[in-house]
Amino acid sequence: MTTVNLETLKAGETATIAAVHTDRALSYRLAALGFRIGKRIEVIRHGRFSGPLHVRIGATDIMLRKKEAQKIEVQTLA
Amino acid sequence: MKRVALVGMPNTGKSTFFNRATGASARVGNWPGITVDLLGAKLLLAGEMVELVDLPGIYDLHGFSDDEQVVRHFLENNPVDLVVIILNATQIERQLSLALQIKQLCLPAVLLLNMADEAQKFGISIDAEKMSTSLEMPVVMLSAKYGNGYQGAHQIITRAIQNSTPVPPEKLQVLLAADDQIETDMEAVLKQTVQVPVHLSDNLTTQLDRLMLHPWLGLPLFFLIMYLLFQAIFLLGKPLQDGVGWLLEAFKQDALEPMLAGLPAALHGLLIEGIYNGVGTVATFVPIIVLFFLFMALVEDSGYLSRAAFLMDALMAKLGLDGRSFVMMLLGFGCNVPALMGTRVMRSRSLRLLTMLVIPFSLCSARLQVFVFITAAIFSPKAAPLVLFSLYLFSFAAAFTTALLFKSRFQNNEPFILELPPYRFPTLRQMVLRGWHEVRHFLSRASKFIIAGVVLVWLLTHFPQNVAPGSIDTWAGMIGHFMEPVLAPIGIDQHLAIALIFGFVAKEIVVGSLAVIYGLEGSALTGMMAQQLDWVQAYSFMLFTLVYTPCLSTIATIRSESKSIPYTSFAVAFPLGLAWLLSFTFYQTARALGY
Repeated sequence: MTTVNLETLKAGETATIAAVHTDRALSYRLAALGFRIGKRIEVIRHGRFSGPLHVRIGATDIMLRKKEAQKIEVQTLA
Repeated sequence: MKRVALVGMPNTGKSTFFNRATGASARVGNWPGITVDLLGAKLLLAGEMVELVDLPGIYDLHGFSDDEQVVRHFLENNPVDLVVIILNATQIERQLSLALQIKQLCLPAVLLLNMADEAQKFGISIDAEKMSTSLEMPVVMLSAKYGNGYQGAHQIITRAIQNSTPVPPEKLQVLLAADDQIETDMEAVLKQTVQVPVHLSDNLTTQLDRLMLHPWLGLPLFFLIMYLLFQAIFLLGKPLQDGVGWLLEAFKQDALEPMLAGLPAALHGLLIEGIYNGVGTVATFVPIIVLFFLFMALVEDSGYLSRAAFLMDALMAKLGLDGRSFVMMLLGFGCNVPALMGTRVMRSRSLRLLTMLVIPFSLCSARLQVFVFITAAIFSPKAAPLVLFSLYLFSFAAAFTTALLFKSRFQNNEPFILELPPYRFPTLRQMVLRGWHEVRHFLSRASKFIIAGVVLVWLLTHFPQNVAPGSIDTWAGMIGHFMEPVLAPIGIDQHLAIALIFGFVAKEIVVGSLAVIYGLEGSALTGMMAQQLDWVQAYSFMLFTLVYTPCLSTIATIRSESKSIPYTSFAVAFPLGLAWLLSFTFYQTARALGY
């Protein structure tokens, strides 16, 4: 059972959110967008030129920058 | 009067519901954060006048960004008889938390699950009755956009408002604490009432995204789409514009002239050459502007703006901005004022201020009128679209350069997280409403600024009384003469100087005042301008018009949004300096090269 940060996932990979290491304000916003511990998250694509990540949680598609993705710890399913 | 507040997460259709319930025309679009201010309207519910307040979308009640503060401040300071919670039914899994937060505040509430049409398409089934029992509040499914289920929602709100008693605001100020509790409650409610298919995907959106967000094709496609939209606007708009021009001319010849023939010469001149020609010339642009906003509404509603933010974020990050800044610049192509207000979704003040500094460089629809007018007069029909396109490039270049110059002064660490909503189509009703809204906006600006502006320009170019109109001896001539040391090096003569000065108030006046200054309209006016200006002068004038202060309303908005006079002064002074420098460089270089 290893955890990695969300940014390292490749497009098409799915994982489970294990922890969110951000300040309070941002963690509220993330929670409201569906970033809750135990939720399944799929990386749809990475933006070009170190652009943002496009991820899907449940029925919601979200984009977030690499910097924020690095603060989200996920557990790969395999 | 009883008060009902609409609360929900961003982009769940609160304004769409609000418009349907009250007949108002709040701006709607498929972009989280299109409403950033409070909007109130009265409506009759069960024989009683009720005030319905449309609040900006919020993710939760803790309120960290300016738009969330607006909501919290409102709820803490105004007694509310009923909260209508609007959630996106397809995203009920996460959005339910907001309903539970409201419930925790003991506010009387009803829950509307909007976008029932989409939820059904996605195969999500919700047991509204059961949910109502476990939440202890009425729950209704509806589609605010198409109107399905609206009757039921109306009934439930009516019933709820009759039995509700407002919660004193003081009580709300003691705020919510236990978020963990909400999490557990949420799971419990969801498990009982909602069924979501395991593999849920909107195929159309996924497939469109594969193309629109393609690593290599995404950006070229974006520019192609923008280019085609502008081509379409002019292809469709030009004949309409000529038609309106013809009608106005015919009305003047056949009705106005004979009717006013008996009036004294000065008054006759003021009414016809001043007001009618001035306002009429501006009015011919109404069809283009309406078309422009119809297409704009299509883009806003489609959900493509969020994709543009995704595509441009990497570049914007290098400029100290983010994808939302870019979207606000795009919205600024319509009108800078709502774009400036749209920056409220940003939490970092530095990021907001830097974004607000670059938005006014967006070539707004009022400036577009000036450029269409001048390029049509001076350039060949073949060159005109390219000239116009080059001005859009300058618009971006000015914004990007400015951001690059000042990003170190407005450093920020704002995280950037944004929803990518599914692609949607606006309904015909929404598009018609939007077009009508823009016509009204034009009429109100016309009555406020344009008439006053053209009258003033007419007076300046026709007084003192015994000099030749438009000559160097008029007041306008004197002002032009006074400005000459500054404006001559950029090729702007005294006629154009007056237009520029009034353009400070509103860009629509520029076109109107040119008609007044030359005392002509229609093809006679464009012919005259082609004689008096060469293309270098005309382009220099357009560059200056593009970059210097957009209009008084924009300055007022910058002032009220930044709440800082030094910042506002800078936001006026810097573009003015940049405009001059840009025009100077262009004009002198072109002349030195022998043009």
